[in-house]
Amino acid sequence: MSAAADRATTDSATTDGAATDGAAADGRGDPAGAGRRIEEAAREITEAGPSAPEPARDPVNQAMINNWVEAIGDANPVYTDAEAAAASVHGELVAPPAMAQVWTMRGLYGVRPPDDPLRRATELLDEAGYTSVVATDSAQTYHRYLRPGEHVAASSVLENIVGPKRTALGEGWFVTTRTTWYVGDEAVAEMTFRILKFRPPEQQATGHSTGTTNAGTTGEAGTTGEAGTTAGGRDAPSGAATTDTAGSGDDGRGDSGTGDSGGGEGRAAEAAQVLRPVVTRDNAFFWDGLREGELRIQRWGETLRHPPGPMPPDGDLNAEPDYVVAAGTGTVYSFLVHHHPPVPGKRLPFVLALVELDEGVRMLGELHGVDPADVHIGLAVEASFDRIDDELTLPAWRVRS
Amino acid sequence: MTITVGTELPPLTVEVTPTFVVATALATRDFQDVHHDRDAAVTRGSRDIFLNILTDTGLVQRFVTDWAGPDALVRSVDLRLGVPCYAGDELTFTGSVAEVDGHDVTVSVSGTDSLGQHVSATVRIEVAA
Repeated sequence: MSAAADRATTDSATTDGAATDGAAADGRGDPAGAGRRIEEAAREITEAGPSAPEPARDPVNQAMINNWVEAIGDANPVYTDAEAAAASVHGELVAPPAMAQVWTMRGLYGVRPPDDPLRRATELLDEAGYTSVVATDSAQTYHRYLRPGEHVAASSVLENIVGPKRTALGEGWFVTTRTTWYVGDEAVAEMTFRILKFRPPEQQATGHSTGTTNAGTTGEAGTTGEAGTTAGGRDAPSGAATTDTAGSGDDGRGDSGTGDSGGGEGRAAEAAQVLRPVVTRDNAFFWDGLREGELRIQRWGETLRHPPGPMPPDGDLNAEPDYVVAAGTGTVYSFLVHHHPPVPGKRLPFVLALVELDEGVRMLGELHGVDPADVHIGLAVEASFDRIDDELTLPAWRVRS
Repeated sequence: MTITVGTELPPLTVEVTPTFVVATALATRDFQDVHHDRDAAVTRGSRDIFLNILTDTGLVQRFVTDWAGPDALVRSVDLRLGVPCYAGDELTFTGSVAEVDGHDVTVSVSGTDSLGQHVSATVRIEVAA
């Protein structure tokens, strides 16, 4: 597929929206069935095994190494200074390991071959309406250093396609491929590469047209003018695109969310992205309280209960609850430090703490203003309130001084 | 050099000029327009052109070998992307030694820009005897 043809395909899917995007509409109407079809097709791609090794355009060469170290600013003499290299552990000039992928980049007009698993996975998900892409992870292992004159070839296999996942960018599937670089029969480097293929959300804000964007974030990016991202994806089969970095601006991308706001820039976008709680008759008092700056605990007679439920622990269907307002002080009962994946509205890493309140119940919330390394069980904290918008305030914690 | 767990690497700050974004994209043979054509990047919803992932891998490697020296062997670079790094920003790498097992040293690296964490990485190196 040429880059131009690919672009045209993606444009139609994105700019015409759901009305003309049959695959996407189908996916929405029968999500389980569409998901199964993607999983089955993914298994076929995986079972097809590695693609035929594709040789790099050029052998490992000094000119490209020189360009690379000049641009990156890497002054390590083993790459460019023959004398220093001879005296080093290498005994001769070597290429920077991080250039492994560079040798087999397909260049300005490159096209992935039809058996390339990333191309097949991209086409599969494009057809299902997941037309945009961001790269999320790259893990490269170098078995040995390459020397000028060696000629590498790359072969890729699909590890898996996992989804559908709800992410900050829209619903999507994570595609993981594994690439091995060979010199002859010898594997010299390997890479696990993960991208998110996602369905761009429909425009939420007014005054911004999605018509011109065919990848990346749409609504949220437009509302703040901040973010952005990625593009790239649409050209995924053409090689370079799959190496795009991206992210959706300030609030990252991610796989799930506890829903919360980090504050600062992009607030409106974050509020729009936060995963909102399901407010029911049983817990409405709790969310109402947070809006008013109160941490409310459900009470059934003498018994406190959190999270609130529809009946007391003894199952008495005739009982009616009320609530008490917590003092807001407690200690960390358990916690985790969230490093990955990114969560809408969060700076990573952040701390999620289960706090045992002085009243005896335990409550979850983000713990702010503390170095994750300093958090420990038993740490004294007090309540704070993360106001997201007029409707929603989330419980949070800060260290008690 | 004595390497122990917790040893901090000297920070590295990179001025991410438009020239830097373009030069590194082309040196890594990444011709995506979002790395060299600002109008195209803006049209696609980005604020500006931004760094590509191959450059992140290269910068992380450089950051670690600047500290570890030319005889350190880089065995792996494992990285995760966060917020974009746009032209005009400043990217600062910090890192510390997470694990030492004989000659094998694992370094944790973080690259932050004005939007937050752009990249987090784990680099395994083998240091000279």
